[in-house]
Parts: sequence; structure tokens; C-alpha cells
Amino acid sequence: MTGVIVVSFAREEDIVTATREARKRGLHIVDVYTPYAVHGLDEAMGLGPSRLSWACFFFGLLGVTLAFVFQFWTTAVDWPLNVGGKPWNSLPAFVPVAFELMVLLGGLGLVFTFFLRCKLFPGKQPVDEFEGVTSNSFVLVVQNTDADTALSAFQDCNAVYVEKRNEQGAA
Amino acid sequence: MQKPDFVLDPPLVAGNKTLLDVTDDVCAPLEGRPTVLWWTAFIAALSLLALGVAAVSYQLAMGIGTWGLNKSVGWAFDITNFVFWIGIGHAGTLISAILFLFRQKWRTAVNRSAEAMTIFAVMCAGLFPVIHMGRPWLFFWMVPYPNTRGPLWINFSSALTWDFFAISTYFLISLTFWYVGLLPDLATIRDRHRFGWRRQLMGFFCLGWNGSYRTWHRYELVYLLLAGLATPLVVSVHSIVSTDFATAVLPGWHTTIFPPYFVAGAIFSGMAMVLTLMLIARKVMHLEDYITVRHVDAMAKLVLTTSCMVGLAYTIEFFTAFRSADFYEVRAFVNRLVGPLGWGFGIMVLCNVLLPQLFWFRRVRVNLVLVWILSLFVNVGMWFERFIIIVTSLERDFLPSSWANYAPTTIEIATLLGSFGLFFTCFLLFCRFLPTIAIAEIKGVLAIGRPHGGTAA
Repeated sequence: MTGVIVVSFAREEDIVTATREARKRGLHIVDVYTPYAVHGLDEAMGLGPSRLSWACFFFGLLGVTLAFVFQFWTTAVDWPLNVGGKPWNSLPAFVPVAFELMVLLGGLGLVFTFFLRCKLFPGKQPVDEFEGVTSNSFVLVVQNTDADTALSAFQDCNAVYVEKRNEQGAA
Repeated sequence: MQKPDFVLDPPLVAGNKTLLDVTDDVCAPLEGRPTVLWWTAFIAALSLLALGVAAVSYQLAMGIGTWGLNKSVGWAFDITNFVFWIGIGHAGTLISAILFLFRQKWRTAVNRSAEAMTIFAVMCAGLFPVIHMGRPWLFFWMVPYPNTRGPLWINFSSALTWDFFAISTYFLISLTFWYVGLLPDLATIRDRHRFGWRRQLMGFFCLGWNGSYRTWHRYELVYLLLAGLATPLVVSVHSIVSTDFATAVLPGWHTTIFPPYFVAGAIFSGMAMVLTLMLIARKVMHLEDYITVRHVDAMAKLVLTTSCMVGLAYTIEFFTAFRSADFYEVRAFVNRLVGPLGWGFGIMVLCNVLLPQLFWFRRVRVNLVLVWILSLFVNVGMWFERFIIIVTSLERDFLPSSWANYAPTTIEIATLLGSFGLFFTCFLLFCRFLPTIAIAEIKGVLAIGRPHGGTAA
């Protein structure tokens, strides 16, 4: 990587416009850093929908299957229990626990997949830390392919500062 | 800047805050020294907790005989407190998950503290069934693990087993939801400090959050999915709690209205507790611009709605009892009305159905002192509702020879006070160390820097 251009903004409107503009001019957007989830920025950056919902579905399915199989096995196979004269494999009685395990595994599995995918883990030192992005500034990082195109792209977007960096990540 | 035009709704955050103002305002109470008021409240809460620890230790040493239970009233104070605390917790999930799915943007001001309330309330609730076991150190027998007793598995057809799974899942998912919501705010606190324990601690727990939008993009989906999972979960938890009673054949318990009735009651009591806590917190922590009259107004309307639902359930219970022409069922409800605990029924109807009707008037809803007092009444009323449901049915079952009146002992009362001690101790510590308002979420509803002025609610 030859280097990056870091552009900082103070307003949500500006970062969205600037990102859209950068993409229109064919600049490669490395990432955008914002203090909150700005709506419409995913579309401006051209991010597709996340596939994390599949992880949630998979883990939920795993939870519900495990719960039903385990309850059936313990209650009807391993040690059949006569509860109020009902059949051993009385499936409706297994629904509440199966539902709870679906939610539990679905939820926890989803969050752990999210942490893995975004490489978030306890004690991690923040990489590419930009001043104020967790409080009040919005930062756009584009690859420095053609400085003139980049600078002209952000001319009308009220940029607070524009900075060239050789190595990505030096804060 | 062009002044936004608020024709339809007042802004969600008052005082034209900038992004930096929000960060500063929410972090200010965490960074200053604790006030005298905080210390007073904390010492009071800690004393109550100590009282509770003493009461529970005594009960563990001496046995369940230290409670006022008798031959027919095997569940009383303890399970009342359990259902009461679980109910309190449900408002947190309502605000964080259900209102999120309904795109109610006002929730952002209160969701963080309401979720914290959920977690602490579920901790208090979980304590009661465990100490009721008498031998709480064998609590792990509830877990289906391969054991040397056969292996003898737990009974998956029992509502009490469902309850164990429901409460455990509810606690874990609520905690996860809360933690995921906290991540960006922990990073905000980390970045406000160059050195010191806050930077170390928050830096450790914020998992290296750097505000990258690629992460935000996935985070939004995770949050939505967790809300989608938590919404049916909260309904299932209190429905399952109600089946602890509804699956019994006891008159007054054996009804199909219990699940929806309990869920409505839970949200009702929880909203009241949110109001009780929030109205104090906004004053003490100077968050008047964030938790505005508009928020209180919306929550009061929710209290009114659920109050009407609870009132309807009370009426239907009586109607169904008389319509059933079942002698025992009719007798149970006559006893509830004019029996030895008739006074408790009176308190419950007064606090839960009659007094909240005042919330029909806007002047009441915007009078914060009055709202706070009414919320206290609802808390008391909802505690009595559980007590009345549980004890009146057990005191007078099918055989007059087994009728026995119940009165709580001082140990039981001390245990209840102790659970309040635990709840408030945790809540006060939370207010000291973590942002009580979701900083990153409230920034998303500010009127500043966006074309539509952030007015849509």
C-alpha cells in the first residue's frame, strides 16, 4: 500500500456526501470511522448486507435440534419417566426448553461470530485509532491512488482536515 | 445552521446538544467524585444488603423452618419476591428490544439503565428459588449433567424445569445484549483518558473497538437480531413463570389466562420501576436534557395501557370463575375478595387499576413528582398482586381441614429488604462506573448535522 488519505468531518451529512463522492470517483475506500452507526453510510460505502444472520439461524437451529434430541433421549430412551401417565415422548412438553435453547445458542453464537468476524477480543489494542472518532468526528480513509482526484472530491464537503499518511494505522 | 422545524414532535434531546456535549454530559457523572447523596444512597443500599445476607445466612443455618410456611402454604413470600423481581426485569427488555423493533426512538434515553435494571432484577429473582431449595449448594442438580445417580435426568415435563432454563437464558441473553450495546460507549470512555485505570479497564472490555464502519454495519445487524430474539424470549419467560402456577390444579391458579396476564403485569410493574429509578437519576445526574418530560409522558402512557390490561385480567378472572360454576373456583375468588387477605386484594386493585387511571390526564403525566409517587404505588400494588395470587389460593384449598393462615416472619421480610439492597447496590455502582445513557445511540437521534433534523420518533 502506497499510503492513505485521511479526511475528517464534523457532521454526519458531510461524511455521507464525501463517502458517496469518493466512491463515485472510483477511489478505494479503506474504511470510515464514526462515533455512531450513521444510517445510509453502508449504501454510500457500497457494503452489501452482512451474512451474520445466517450464523444466527444456524446456531438457533442447532439449539432447537440439540434440545429436542436430548430431551427425547433422556425422557424416552435413557431413563423413561412416567409423568402423570403421559407418553414418554410427550413432545409438546419439550417445546419451552427447546425454545429457550434456540434463543440462547442463537444469541450467543451470533455474538461470538460477530466478535470473530470483526476480530474483537478482550484486551485488544485498537488499530487505526483516529482522534475523536468515538466522540465527535467522522473520518474517511481512502487509498492514495491519485491525490488530486481525492482532494477535489472532498472540496465541497466541509472537511475539517485532510492528511496524507504513508503507512496506514499510524495514529 | 438552519433551525429545525418541530411541527410534529419536540426533539428527543433538549438544549441543542452537539456530539461532544453528549459525550461530556453522559461521562461527567462517571468522572467526578461521587456526591454525598450517592454515598448516602450507597451506604443505605449496602446496609439493606448486609441485612439480607444476615437473614439468608441464618435461614441456611437453621433451615426453611425460619419462614412462616406451614402445611398448606408451601410457597409464599419467597416465590412472591421471585415473580416480583422477574417482572421488574421485563420492562428493560421491553424498552431495549420491543421498542427497538417498533422504531420508538425515544427509547435511546432510557434503554441502557433499563437493561441494567433487568440484569440486577433477574439476579435478585434468581436468588429466591435457590435459597428456597434449603440446600442451595446442590443447585446444580437442576442442570442435566451425567451423574452417578443413574444417570437420573431432570424432569423436562415440569414447569419448574422450564423456568430454570427460561430464567438462565433470559439472564445470559440480557447480559449479552447489554454488553454488546455498551461496546462503543466503553471505547468512548477509553478514548477520553490517555492514562489511568479507566483507559486500562474500559480498553480491555471494549474489545479494541475503533469506530470502524465495517464493524458498525455488522453491529447494527447483530443488535437487530438480538432484539428479535429477546422479544419472544421476554414473553416466554413470564409465560413460563405463570405456568409454575397454571399447571397446578389449585383453584385460582389453574387458568389459561395466566400467561398473557403475567406478561402484561410484568411490563406494568417494570415500567413503574423504570420511572421510579429514572426520575431520580435524571435529577441527581443532571440528565434533564436527555430524559425529558416527553420520555416520562411516553412511559406513563405505557403504564396506563398495561394497567388497563391488568385490570381487564382481574375482571376476567372473576368472570371466568363465576361462569365456570365450579364450586371451588367460585369459592377461591370469593375468598380472594372478602377472605382473610381481602385487604391485600383491595391494595392491589387500588394501586394497579384505580390509581394509574390518573395517567389519562396529561397534566398528571407531565407532573414528575406525581408520576414518581404513582410509580411507587404501582410497585407496591404489583408486589401485592403476586402475594395475593400465591397465598390466597394456598391458604384455602379443597379441604377445610387443611386451611391455614400465613404470616411472614421477620427473616422473610429481611430477605425481601435484602433483595432491594442488592438491587440498589448494583444499580448505584452501575451509575458510578458505566454510562447510564447509550452515548452512541443517543447521538443517532440528535437534531444536529442531519437533513431531517432528527425529529421523527
